[in-house]
Amino acid sequence: MSPGTSWGRYPQAQNQRVIALRDRHAPLPAFEGTALPYGNGRSYGDSCLNDGGTLLATRGLDRYIGFDPATGVLRCEAGVLLSDILDFAVAQGWFLPVTPGTKFVTVGGAIANDVHGKNHHVAGCFSEYVDGFELLRSDGTRRWCSPSENADWFAATAGGLGLTGVVTWAQIRLKRIRGAWMNIETHRFANLREFLALSAASERDYEYTVAWIDCVARGDALGRGHFIRANHAPAGDGPARPKRRLSVPFTPPFSLINGASLRAFNAAYYHRQRTPVAHALTHYEPYFYPLDAIGHWNRIYGPKGFLQYQCVVPPEGAEHALTDLIEQIADSGTGSFLAVLKMFGPGRSAGILSFPRPGATLALDFPNRGAATFELLERLDDVVAAAGGAVYPAKDARMRGERFRQYYPAWESLRPYLDPAFSSGFWRRVTE
Amino acid sequence: MRRILIIGATSAIAEATARRFAARGDALCLVGRDAARLKTIADDLGVRGAVRTATATLDVNDYAAHAGAIDTAERELGGLDTVLIAHGTLSDQAECETSVDALRREFDTNALSVMALLTPLANRFAAQGHGTIAVISSVAGDRGRMSNYAYGAAKAAVSAFLSGLRQRLQKSGVAVVTIKPGFVDTPMTKNFPKGALWAQPDDVAKGIVEAIDKGKSVVYLPWFWSLIMFVIRCVPEFVFKRVKL
Repeated sequence: MSPGTSWGRYPQAQNQRVIALRDRHAPLPAFEGTALPYGNGRSYGDSCLNDGGTLLATRGLDRYIGFDPATGVLRCEAGVLLSDILDFAVAQGWFLPVTPGTKFVTVGGAIANDVHGKNHHVAGCFSEYVDGFELLRSDGTRRWCSPSENADWFAATAGGLGLTGVVTWAQIRLKRIRGAWMNIETHRFANLREFLALSAASERDYEYTVAWIDCVARGDALGRGHFIRANHAPAGDGPARPKRRLSVPFTPPFSLINGASLRAFNAAYYHRQRTPVAHALTHYEPYFYPLDAIGHWNRIYGPKGFLQYQCVVPPEGAEHALTDLIEQIADSGTGSFLAVLKMFGPGRSAGILSFPRPGATLALDFPNRGAATFELLERLDDVVAAAGGAVYPAKDARMRGERFRQYYPAWESLRPYLDPAFSSGFWRRVTE
Repeated sequence: MRRILIIGATSAIAEATARRFAARGDALCLVGRDAARLKTIADDLGVRGAVRTATATLDVNDYAAHAGAIDTAERELGGLDTVLIAHGTLSDQAECETSVDALRREFDTNALSVMALLTPLANRFAAQGHGTIAVISSVAGDRGRMSNYAYGAAKAAVSAFLSGLRQRLQKSGVAVVTIKPGFVDTPMTKNFPKGALWAQPDDVAKGIVEAIDKGKSVVYLPWFWSLIMFVIRCVPEFVFKRVKL
C-alpha cells in the first residue's frame, strides 16, 4: 500500500505530504495546512485522505509496550497491525475480541473507525475492548482517554475518523481461545426471509454469524445465499493454516468485474454447496480473512478503482428495505462477488460517530463506472435514509453531506473535540 | 536461544533485526545512546518473544566506556554468542569537504569506533572459541564516489578491517560477517527521494539473520547490490573519474 492512497483507489488525493511518525514520545512534527493520521490505508474512500494537506503516517509506531499472558491485556503503539497481534497472541491462547474482515488494519485505525466484526451481535464494537489510549493533539497536549477518564474524549475519538488528534498507543483486552480453529456451519438459504429466521435462531448459540448473498438473483430467489455461523473450536488440532498467498501483481487496464463474470460467479458460488447444511473445522485465517489471502485484491477493479457501500437499516422494516436495496443492485447489473449481510446486535457503542446500530448491515463493492455507479449509490442512499439507517464513513467516497448529517445526527457534538489543525477529505466533503 | 549484543540498537535496521531474533526466542542486550528509546525497544522485544532483554547506554565515541558496555552485556546475558554492530551516521559530504572537524567526527563514528569495539570483542570471542561477529558496513565502501566518499572511506576501512579479522579468527571458530546494505528506507535516509532500488529495513534484517545463521563472510543486501557493485568496481578509473555518481 503506497502511503497516501485508500483501499478503493477512488478518489485519488492530490498534493498530499506524508510524514512518518516513529516515536510515540516525540511531539508531532511541524506540518503545513491540515493533518490527518494515516494507518495502513485500508479505509476505502477518502476518510483516510487529506487533499492538499499532510498525512501523519502511523505505521512506524509499531512497538508493543507490554502484554500480560495471564489476563490478555495488551499495550501497544497505534501503528501495530491486528495481524501482528494475532501472530504472537494466538499461540498463547489469545484472540482479537473484535476483528474486521481484514487483519491488515492498525490498532489506531480500528479505534478511529470503531470497527466491528462477525460477532457484533454478542460482542459489540472494537472500542468496547479498549481500556484507554493516549491522544496527542496538535497543540502538544497528551490525554489519557478511557471510558472513565476523559470519557467524552474517548467517545469522540472512538469512531472519530482520526479527527480529534493522533492516538499514539492504546491498551486493549484480548479474548481467551483454546486454539486456532473454528467450527463452522454453512446453511444455504433461499431468500431474505430465511436469512432473517436463521439469524434470529443463531444469535444465542453462535458467536460469529454472517451471510454471503447473491446480489444478482431476483424474484423468488432475491436475497438467496449462504449463512455462515461459527464458534471457536475446543482445544485440539485442526487442519494447517493455508500457506499459499496469492497476489494480484499489477492493475489490469480495465475492471475484471463485469456483468457476465458477476452472474457466473454468483450462481456458481450459490450452488457450490450441494447440501443445505455443511460443517467444517477451519483455521481462523481463511474463516475471518478470506480476502487477505489475495494480496492487492483491490487491483481487480482496474485503474478507476471501486466503491464499497456498507449500510445498516433498522430491524423493523429491514426485510422491506433490504428487498429494495437488492432489487436496485440486481437491476443495475453491477455489484460484487461477495455481498455480505449481517444482523448487528442491540448494543450501541460509546463512539459518537460509530457506525454500528441495531439492524441489518449490507456491504458490497461496485467497480467505478462513473455516473452510473454514483447514481445507483444515490438511489441506495434514498432507501437507507427513508428506512432510518446509515452508511459507514470508513467505506464511503461519495455520500452527500446532507445524508451524512441525517445518518449521524450527533455529528455536531463532535465539534468541540476536533483538533483544529486536523481534517480529511471525507470530513470536508460531508460538513462543508 | 542465542545471547546477542546489538550496538547501535536504535537504528531502524538493528531494530528490525532484533525483532526477528526476539520472535525466535533469543536473549538480547541493546546498546545505544538514548536510554529511553532503548527501553521502548526492549519492552517491544519482550512481547515479541525475547527470553531476556537488557539495555546499556553508550556513546561509541567514548572509547573508555567500551569495555564497560561489553561487560554489562556479558553479565546480563551470561555470555555472548553473537554481536551485531549497527551504529553509524550518514555523513554530510559537502560539510566534510570544507571542515576537517566534520570529516574526523564522521570517521570516528563510522570507522574508528567500530574498530575500537571490535578489538576487545575479537579477543573475547577468540578466547571462548565460538561465536559470530556481524558488522553493518555499506556498499558505499566498495568504491569512493564523489557524492559520499567521506562516508564511503570510513565504510571501506571497516570492510578492510573485517576482512583481516575474519582471516585471523577463522582458526578460532569465530565467524566474521560483513554486511553491505544498499539503499534502505530508514530515518537516516529520510531526505532522499526513493526509487525502485530502495529496500525496507525488514528486508535487510531478514538477510542479516540469514547471513549470521549461515556464517557467511560478505553479504550484499538486497542481493542485487552484489551485481551493481561488481559493475561499479570494474569500471576503469579513467572512465570512472568522468562519471558523476
